[in-house]
Amino acid sequence: MLALLPPLAFLPPLIVLCPLAAATILLLSAGRMPAPATRVLAAGAVGLAAVLTLWLAVRFLSAPPPTHRLDVVLWHWLRVGGFDARIAFTLDPLSLVMMLVVTGVGFLIHLYACGYMRGDPDVARFFACMTLFVAAMLVLVLSSDLLCLYVGWEGVGLCSYLLIGFWYAEAANGAAARKAFIVTRIGDAALLCGLLLLATRAGGLDITMLLQPGQPGGPVAEAAAALLLGGALAKSAQVPFQIWLPDAMAGPTPVSALIHAATMVTAGVYLIARLHPLFLAAPTIMAATAVLGLVTLLLAAGSALAQTDIKRILAFSTISQLGYMFLALGTGAWGAAIFHLVTHALFKALLFMAAGAVILRVHHQQDIFHMGGLGRAMPGVFAAFAAGAAALAGLPLVTAGFYSKEAILQQAWHASPLLWAGALLGAFLTALYISRCVFIVFLGPVRTAPTGRTEASMAIPLAGLSVLAITGGLIEMPDAIAPVHLLFRLLAPVLGPPPAEGGAEGGAGLLLLTGALAPLAGIAMAWVLWRPRAGTAAPAAGELARAARAGWGFDAAYGLLLVRPFLALGWLNRRDLFDRVPDLLAAATRWGAAVLGRMQDGRVRRYAGWIAAGTVAALCLAVRP
Amino acid sequence: MIALYGLVLLPLAGAAAAWLAGRASPRAPWSVAIATLVLLAGLLAYVTHAVPAGGGPWLAHVSAPWIPALGITLRCDMDGLGLVLLWLTVALSFPCVLLSSRDIADAPGTFHALLLATIAGVDGVFIATDLFLFFFFWELMLVPLYVLITVWGHEDRTRAAFKFFLFTQGSGLLMLLSILGLVVVHQHQTGVLTFDYFTLATTHLSPPLAMGLMLGFFVAFAVKLPVVPLHVWLPDTHTQAPTAGSVLLAGVLLKTGGYGLIRFVVLLFPDAAVRFAPVALALGALGILYGAWLALMQDDIKRLIAYSSVSHLGFVLLGVFSGSALGMAGAVVQMVAHGLSTGALFVIAGALQDRLHTRDLRRMGGLWPALPHLSATGLVFAIASLGLPGLGNFVGEFLVLLATWRVSPPIAILGAAGLVLSALYALTMIGRAFLGSPPGDGWAALPDFGARHMTVLGAAMALLLALGLYPQPVLDLSLPALPHDAARPIASPPVAPGGPRP
Amino acid sequence: MTAAPAQALLLASMLFALGLLGVLVRRNLLFMLMSIEIMLNAAALAFVAAGMRWHAADGQVMFLMILALAAAEAAVGLAILLRLHAAGRPTLDADTGNRLKG
Repeated sequence: MLALLPPLAFLPPLIVLCPLAAATILLLSAGRMPAPATRVLAAGAVGLAAVLTLWLAVRFLSAPPPTHRLDVVLWHWLRVGGFDARIAFTLDPLSLVMMLVVTGVGFLIHLYACGYMRGDPDVARFFACMTLFVAAMLVLVLSSDLLCLYVGWEGVGLCSYLLIGFWYAEAANGAAARKAFIVTRIGDAALLCGLLLLATRAGGLDITMLLQPGQPGGPVAEAAAALLLGGALAKSAQVPFQIWLPDAMAGPTPVSALIHAATMVTAGVYLIARLHPLFLAAPTIMAATAVLGLVTLLLAAGSALAQTDIKRILAFSTISQLGYMFLALGTGAWGAAIFHLVTHALFKALLFMAAGAVILRVHHQQDIFHMGGLGRAMPGVFAAFAAGAAALAGLPLVTAGFYSKEAILQQAWHASPLLWAGALLGAFLTALYISRCVFIVFLGPVRTAPTGRTEASMAIPLAGLSVLAITGGLIEMPDAIAPVHLLFRLLAPVLGPPPAEGGAEGGAGLLLLTGALAPLAGIAMAWVLWRPRAGTAAPAAGELARAARAGWGFDAAYGLLLVRPFLALGWLNRRDLFDRVPDLLAAATRWGAAVLGRMQDGRVRRYAGWIAAGTVAALCLAVRP
Repeated sequence: MIALYGLVLLPLAGAAAAWLAGRASPRAPWSVAIATLVLLAGLLAYVTHAVPAGGGPWLAHVSAPWIPALGITLRCDMDGLGLVLLWLTVALSFPCVLLSSRDIADAPGTFHALLLATIAGVDGVFIATDLFLFFFFWELMLVPLYVLITVWGHEDRTRAAFKFFLFTQGSGLLMLLSILGLVVVHQHQTGVLTFDYFTLATTHLSPPLAMGLMLGFFVAFAVKLPVVPLHVWLPDTHTQAPTAGSVLLAGVLLKTGGYGLIRFVVLLFPDAAVRFAPVALALGALGILYGAWLALMQDDIKRLIAYSSVSHLGFVLLGVFSGSALGMAGAVVQMVAHGLSTGALFVIAGALQDRLHTRDLRRMGGLWPALPHLSATGLVFAIASLGLPGLGNFVGEFLVLLATWRVSPPIAILGAAGLVLSALYALTMIGRAFLGSPPGDGWAALPDFGARHMTVLGAAMALLLALGLYPQPVLDLSLPALPHDAARPIASPPVAPGGPRP
Repeated sequence: MTAAPAQALLLASMLFALGLLGVLVRRNLLFMLMSIEIMLNAAALAFVAAGMRWHAADGQVMFLMILALAAAEAAVGLAILLRLHAAGRPTLDADTGNRLKG
């Protein structure tokens, strides 16, 4: 059957197979492979996948199929009782963009990890999980069947679990990994219920079939969208599920860069963008998405402002940026959400890797208040971090983050000025917290003297991503600057025509200007607050700062309201209530035996009495008319 | 096909041979058992191969008179469901013997003889279609296992075995009453005294009578499956049984409950089963959640796995009583997948007990560096147990939940919540046993899994993976024989199967 | 003049009740044996009365059999009594019989 397919159809399965094969080999080798071979195999496999994806992209874009999609059916998975699910891939512009991100950024991170994980005895296990993750993520973005997507969806969750708990000897790491898996699993269960609902309604889970035009609205559509949203919120660490992501920083830094910044956490955004017609049929859920996104954006930005651990700053920043994407999704700006997903993957991966380089050089110190003045000792890493920070802050015109954030702000304004105001506040906070981080870590007096130097395998990805973080936004610009719409045009066959901009009225330019000023204001304020001074810097100690640092108490509240009662009830019932029932029966039997046994006490007169009573009773029964 | 008798007689003969061989040398019974299992696998392969293509749902028949005066015959019929479960039995017998029973020092001949006799009983249960014969095999399966637990079990074995026996025997007597009731009613109606399954299936029963007789069967199979609140024998028994007994019990014997529910409860009493379905569905959801909840609270690793069995087999109950082919197929896949994954987990728990001389999770931790292979396989099967897509358990759970959703979305949502709890207990078990830091001053040198264990468990893993990614053969095989046309057709999807495809 | 069978039966029941009462309330084994004799004789009397009522010989046959039975019972009972006494038991209290140590 495969021989009949056009050669282009070979590529998507082949691209998935590359990391999958590497993962299988690494798992089966069980750590017997020498470390250099392990590194070459893992980075090579992902690199090969990246090259193939590029080739695929070139071929797909130069001669797109008339329907702008390419279907590859691998095999029938389940066909029973009127339900049919297939392991099948669909290549279309959206999945292509995601593939480019996953394999491209994935390859750079693998390259970086070759240096970062040097000397770790378990490097084979690490790379096995990493490559398995890339394969699962590719399955997720390529699947044309929601059940097949669910395989990738859970697969990335599993790899996330394995990699967060990679250094398992530390009990806290295992707990963080478990927490991440369980919290996302709650969302997964909601997603699964959504799939059940859709499958019951439509008889299958083929995405094309589910998205046929003319979606009926009504409570069922709302319920389905709500359940899918639940899955997306948990995976993308949005309120109320955001608690797992900061703890997930227990994993090695390349893991944080790949899974918890660039790819896995954006799966929720991808899911909603992919299934956006279902959400359009459920306006309430759309509104909820936007509001939750905004709430997440602001809460997480506030938390990031109060953190002291550099990786936790970036983790809260990721949550906050994902909030932007959900805000965009909630306002129907699918293209803008994907655009921000792409640029965020570039600059957040860059920030994590630069932070990792810093952490390695300062003896695994992660507290920013123990760093300082590192800009002079490691100018290259400083430049990379600064490029990422600028993109995150959305420094006008010169960074990728500016353009994608601008696209979201524009859409938010059209949806509701309130949402826009919130998003603008978020932009200000973003610039504020990341500038704080840059100023404290790289400027001012030296607090921990750095040692060693950053390896080439780590420096190259930093350099590459720095360039992309600066220039990546040029593929899509607002009309007020330059009418470049490469990405939105590319995605149009999947996500619909790009939204009209503000139009001829001068509002668009004014909006743009406001959006550009917010990060500048943030940076300026950060300079006022945290510019390098003599003496020691210390984290803010107020009540508000403490609450923000603790993630606004969500963890404590869940612990108090859910975990504790659940465990307490379980502890009370740990011996199994139902198991006491047979014990009770046994006790009753024993008691009855003791009572009846007393009749047989060996006293002849009492026996005679019983005999007489029994006879009388029997006679009474027999004679009774 | 006379070979069906062979499926029962071969293990019985093997049992006799193993017992005799045990008097010759302590290692001989093991070899005899292996040889018997290989022969049994060959015989089953022959039976599978000899099935005529397109011959209808029943694949093979054999019948011979036994007690003509009472209408009792030695009738056996095999359908796809039976075939799948027979293969599961054979597949799980190998790890039992290969991994667990080789080092039995205490009367190995008797041990293997009892093990093979249990397997013979299970095989018989899966093919017997004369109710008297079925009951005979049902008892044949229990007694040797009772002895196995009483003699070769762990510290509290007598009590556990006694509990096991009381529960299964008591519920079995209820089933015997139901069988006799059905036979008597049939004789009243037609004047024919018979225990034949197919003839009895045509008996006309008044609704209350059908419900009463069905409940007799249901209780017997519900104890076996087990269904909360009749599960209480299971944790004790699993915990105290020798490893081979645990594997056989979890992997195969519990499946006779699911098999009986499909074959006897739903097919013999279709209308009563439909009326009973709401209660059964509620019990299934209760079992899923309650089992998972208690699994989370256990400190004893074997008890934990035992409660997880309760949780997993709740899905089987849901599937069987969802009243659709989808649910039945899901239940069968779930049974097979649970057999493989939980069987493997019991092997691992047994291996841990052999090495650490404790089953207490509080005294484990940080075992990964000391036992990398064992820990990795433990992780893999725990992940299968929590229902990761791509492995067999997920296929079963998904199909069951889909079928349940069509009948009752709230029950399906509760079932899906069970998936969260299963992740909780599986990962907690892994975290407490293998991750973290070792108690005290680290582990002394412990023997890791060797090639034998890795091969057998790797094969189980491969089967689970195959079942998860390409379950179609099992689905096709289990489908035609399922009583989907006998059950009430429930809310078929509005769109034609598959729907329009690009 | 002959008594009516009904009166004979009444007498028999009274004797039986007396005997039963004796067995239940007396603790002395000797008196208990005597009470049993009374009950047996009550039964015998009932048989004789019944035989008279139906003019059948069966009642008298049964009376003879009960006579034999009572003799045997008395023989065995008294023998046990003597054995107990010979074994040094200080009392004939039946309620101490559950301490079966002779």
